[in-house]
Amino acid sequence: MKRILIVTLVFCLLLPAAVFAVGCSRGEGAAGVVNVHNWGEYIDESIFRIFERETGIKVNYSTFETNEALYSLMRRGGANIDVIIPSDYMIARMIEEDMLAELDFSNIPNFSLIDERYKGLGYDPGDKFSVAYMTGTVGLIYNSSKISEQIGSWSALFDSSYSGQILMFDNPRDAFGIALKYLGYSLNTVNETEILEAYDLLAAQRPILQAYVMDQIFDKLESGEAWIGPYYAGDFLVMQENNPDLRFARPVEGTNYFVDAMCIPSAAANKTNAEIFINFMASTEIALMNMEYIMYASANFEAAEIFAEELDPDDYSVMFASYDVLANSEVYAHLPRNILELYDELWVELKR
Amino acid sequence: MKPKYFSIPYIVWMGIFVVAPIFFVVVYAFTTADGYPTLQNFAAMSRFTPVFIRSFLLAFISTVICILIGYPVAYILSREGKRVQRLMIMLIVLPMWMNFLLRTYAWMSILENTGLLNRFLAFLGLPALNIINTPTAVVIGMVYNFLPFMILPVYSVIVKIDRSLFEAAQDLGANNFSVFRKVVFPMSLPGVLSGIMMVFVPAVSTFVITQLLGGGMVMMLGDLIEMQFLGTAYNPQLGSAIALVMMFIVIVFMYFVNRFGQSDEKAVGA
Repeated sequence: MKRILIVTLVFCLLLPAAVFAVGCSRGEGAAGVVNVHNWGEYIDESIFRIFERETGIKVNYSTFETNEALYSLMRRGGANIDVIIPSDYMIARMIEEDMLAELDFSNIPNFSLIDERYKGLGYDPGDKFSVAYMTGTVGLIYNSSKISEQIGSWSALFDSSYSGQILMFDNPRDAFGIALKYLGYSLNTVNETEILEAYDLLAAQRPILQAYVMDQIFDKLESGEAWIGPYYAGDFLVMQENNPDLRFARPVEGTNYFVDAMCIPSAAANKTNAEIFINFMASTEIALMNMEYIMYASANFEAAEIFAEELDPDDYSVMFASYDVLANSEVYAHLPRNILELYDELWVELKR
Repeated sequence: MKPKYFSIPYIVWMGIFVVAPIFFVVVYAFTTADGYPTLQNFAAMSRFTPVFIRSFLLAFISTVICILIGYPVAYILSREGKRVQRLMIMLIVLPMWMNFLLRTYAWMSILENTGLLNRFLAFLGLPALNIINTPTAVVIGMVYNFLPFMILPVYSVIVKIDRSLFEAAQDLGANNFSVFRKVVFPMSLPGVLSGIMMVFVPAVSTFVITQLLGGGMVMMLGDLIEMQFLGTAYNPQLGSAIALVMMFIVIVFMYFVNRFGQSDEKAVGA
């Protein structure tokens, strides 16, 4: 018995060392490695083999779940990462806190294939730190067998005739963003009066809500448990495959659209390899493969045009927001700390 | 004969994975984001009073329900034959082989308004129950997940009680109820106490259950702490301070529970 105990303990002690050893011996390609850290289910992993064959650079791939988890990992000294794909507002925050390296665009000629709409945006106005990867919008997803009216405004989420059937984002930034847009304010406002007004709206909405959700929205909308809720356009296409009654609407008040872009942490050990990888990802062929796999809109305009020809026009209009949609919609900006803290404070207040 | 150096791996293990994290929590709780000592993380704590009260209340209710269900189960089980005991213990442990999140998701589909339970009730012509997205659903989820942690320690204590003690008590004229009240129950208290600890502590800090079964409508301590680390504002200092206050309350609570247990044992001895 005692021997078993000792063996177990020794095993437990050696485990981290073993993991470390395996980590070190992961093997390098002829031209070294690149460590890529991306959202889960946000890339066609078969492209890694193509990249390794073309360049001789070995890809080590890992994933994160939220921008905040990525930020928290990097702040804690992070692992050894060369390429990350955060969203707009998080890129702004990382730039502000000197966490990103300036890119050498002579290694990234495919930057010319990126749609002008996704260049020079507020989070990286000089296009120095990021190359846009995928984009998308938030919209209203509703069940047309339960809601016969045409939905076109955020007001549907605050309509008491749908009481008990409404879902809402379970995080302060997205929930407040919708309330602010509905009130006609910017979702990046730093005006506390406007934010408090949005809070009153959310507090009045809470009694008619069914639940605050994130990914549970897939189940609840697909099964008919709830009738309406806000979520991402790309995810709507997945939901609609499982329940054809679901419809997508972009509210007239404007919405949030996001740009996830490829960046290099300032501490990256393989910066040139990282730039080669970013260039590869920005190419039309690879953008198409990724887009077909994840159904988000690529920032590469050539890939988008080719994809448009093979896609159902309705699906295309959901995936790709037109210019006029983007005109009154906004990308999240990084907000000052006191505003972020106000959000958290009001969120706790809302869920008391 | 036990050489002392056999305990070294254990001490190192505990040092790395138990002592060090608690040390960091304490350090974070008393510093600002720039690393200066401060008490300001605790100043805002009163804002979270409703969250504290709700978490401890729901954890308390769940623990009581776990005792009310778990104790009889453990007691009845201990009086069954060896084969039945083995089979039943397996059935109790079996669900724990599945991922906790999956099991909680399953409860979501059971309790939903259009879920299994309500479809069954409708089939019987009974009115629907509105449980999902309420604190009741959260308590159901916690009781379901933590019940084995109450049954197992109670069972393992009761099953070890010497049967001859029951016979002795009966010889001295005790009826079945008195045997239970004066012999079985006092002797099983250590099991109940460790059961309480193993149910109450994780219940206080639960977080995913509130999001899945509670519909995120109310916040519990686990959610609040998670929000400080993975939320918009990234405030690990405040998160650590909340965790520390929670730990403190739990320790005080456990101290009194144990005191109660010990005084009861003494009463038996006297």
